[in-house]
Amino acid sequence: MGLLGNKKKVKSVNYISAKEARRISKENRKITSEIEKMRNRKNIPREEYVTQMKNPDNVVEFDNVHTYFYTDIGVVKAVDGVSFEVPRGKTVGIVGESGCGKSVTSLSMMQLVQRPTGQTVEGEIRFNIGTEAYNIVKTPIKEMQKLRGNQMAMIFQEPMTALNPVFRIGMQVDEVISLHNEQMSKEQVKERTIELLEMVGIANSTGVYRMYPHELSGGMRQRVMIAMGLACNPQLIVADEPTTALDVTIQAQILDLLRNLKDKINSSIMLITHDLGVIAEMADYVVVMYAGRVVEKGTAQEIFKHPCHPYTIGLMNSKPVVGKKVDRLYSIPGKVPNPVDMPNYCYFKDRCDRCVEACNGAYPQEIRLSNTHFVSCYRYTEDAVKEEK
Amino acid sequence: MLKFVAKRLGISVIILFFVTLIIYSIIRCLPASYAESKARELSQKPGAKPYEELLAQMNEAYGLDVNIPQGYVIWAGNVLQGDFGDSWQWNKTVTDKFSEVIWYSFALGAAAFILEIFIAIPLGILAARRQYSRTDYAVTVFALIGISLPSFFFATVLKMIFAVKLGWVDLYGIVGRMHEQLSPFGKLLDYAHHMILPVATLTIVSVGSLMRYTRTNMLEVLNSDYIRTARAKGLSEKRVINFHAFRNTLIPIVTILGGSLPSLFAGALITEQLFQIPGIGYTSYVSMTRGDIPMSMFYMTFLAILSLLGNLIADVLYAVVDPRVRVH
Repeated sequence: MGLLGNKKKVKSVNYISAKEARRISKENRKITSEIEKMRNRKNIPREEYVTQMKNPDNVVEFDNVHTYFYTDIGVVKAVDGVSFEVPRGKTVGIVGESGCGKSVTSLSMMQLVQRPTGQTVEGEIRFNIGTEAYNIVKTPIKEMQKLRGNQMAMIFQEPMTALNPVFRIGMQVDEVISLHNEQMSKEQVKERTIELLEMVGIANSTGVYRMYPHELSGGMRQRVMIAMGLACNPQLIVADEPTTALDVTIQAQILDLLRNLKDKINSSIMLITHDLGVIAEMADYVVVMYAGRVVEKGTAQEIFKHPCHPYTIGLMNSKPVVGKKVDRLYSIPGKVPNPVDMPNYCYFKDRCDRCVEACNGAYPQEIRLSNTHFVSCYRYTEDAVKEEK
Repeated sequence: MLKFVAKRLGISVIILFFVTLIIYSIIRCLPASYAESKARELSQKPGAKPYEELLAQMNEAYGLDVNIPQGYVIWAGNVLQGDFGDSWQWNKTVTDKFSEVIWYSFALGAAAFILEIFIAIPLGILAARRQYSRTDYAVTVFALIGISLPSFFFATVLKMIFAVKLGWVDLYGIVGRMHEQLSPFGKLLDYAHHMILPVATLTIVSVGSLMRYTRTNMLEVLNSDYIRTARAKGLSEKRVINFHAFRNTLIPIVTILGGSLPSLFAGALITEQLFQIPGIGYTSYVSMTRGDIPMSMFYMTFLAILSLLGNLIADVLYAVVDPRVRVH
């Protein structure tokens, strides 16, 4: 994850004394142990985590989600007030540079953030399971285990290490099927596994069934991961940079595969990537994240045709375009701010070349540009727009 | 696989040749000479021949009148014919003495080994699962105490408490005073009773490193991507730890444990000496101090073979538990 790298950087930049670190870690332990205690209660009443969707057509609604890491150098606000929704049967792409909180957002969705240091402390992640909705943030582990792999599945960014090296492929896929379908017999499970392997385009499916992960290439392993993810026809597939570790031709195949399969079982995809090409190809909606916050979101059309936030514009400029000759590819100057002690003004201000007077104020509100297009930037407040005219 | 094992065995023979050559040279250079002490003893008897004459006679009798390379060739030649010679100290053939004492050592080693596994691995996993918690610190401190305590000191403390102060067990020896009068089962219990303190010493002293090793490996495995995948599948924490993680932690542990299997026969020189248990460790210690070359040579060669065998077993086991290194 990009976040880890970031943390290290911070350590070398802001040196803190041992005394300070001890104080911080003591405080952290107090906070996290309290949260853990809440989470580990024996019988958590259903009312605490069963909620209603705001819009029943959505599969997931992120509502002001905050996921913090309580590290010894201070609280890292990896995800700080993220809101967006994933409509049924659509693909939502989440873009942003390394360390902006994309992966942590997806891990929060699965409740897989490394506890106890990482905690989702505020907000709701509403997950639609048909008749009712679960608030993932408050859902106890027991219930989560029924959802994971079954209603929501995750595909990770490193296929080389994401499969357990000591078990056969077949056994690993079988495991998830039989876990969530107890009524199925062993033969049925095996049949289903082989069917899945065929579905993700593995030709020698019975052979691969008996192979170990190290006998497969990266692309093949990612296919196995996808087969594992699709095993129980989940409502939501969280794909965390599924093609980053693969070469370009395999990348295209994997993306095609994901898109076709999504249509086949009518599930939604939350696609996390920093590759704008992938987003353009796959996503219906795009969420642009920067330093733990959503800076702009809208349909893919809107984001690519009319990027509004200076950061999104910068991102768009920094991708190579076929047929356009440039000496040097554009890159946004500066770097992501220190995630500990974020300033209370627009996080992008220091790197932005379009600052206005108002940018020195508090973090900008979300501004609605159309029914689907939102941006957090002072340039689009009503006053600013009027002034420009 | 067969080819691999055969190759390793071939290399082992060469290693063994050099090891025994070096050991023989060193033993011959040791100041404790059995022939000298024997000659001195005889020369003090009334009417004995002078010491020098006796020494020459003894050296000839014990085959010490040849130089080191010659001596080695004679020794090695006999060994190749399956003859390790007679022990000077024990008045028996070396192999007889060995088969007489080895089972005490084996019982001691095996009991400590099994206890070590059943204590160290679960505790190591527990410590890893609750990293930086109180449990983890308690286990770590316990492990470090075990690692840092020398066995002679710890054995003495145990003897002080349980034999001298509490009187629960005998101070040393392998059998009690009434051993001969006991029924066969009673004899067995008597042996077991005398094994308690030595086994406890060996276990506590060795348990720490295996526990730390398990903890480190478990932590590494728990932080790996496939454990996250297992959780993302919806598996229960129990299955994630006890199946997915444990199976991977097992790879290095089995390798280590398998490698130490032959050392069950190696005996515990210090502990056996402290508790006067007539195992192979005790026997070889006495033989060495008296300059009993055939017995010492046999023990050393035996240890060398065990180490080589241990390494070979470790390599083979590695292939058994880890599919990635299997040779097809």
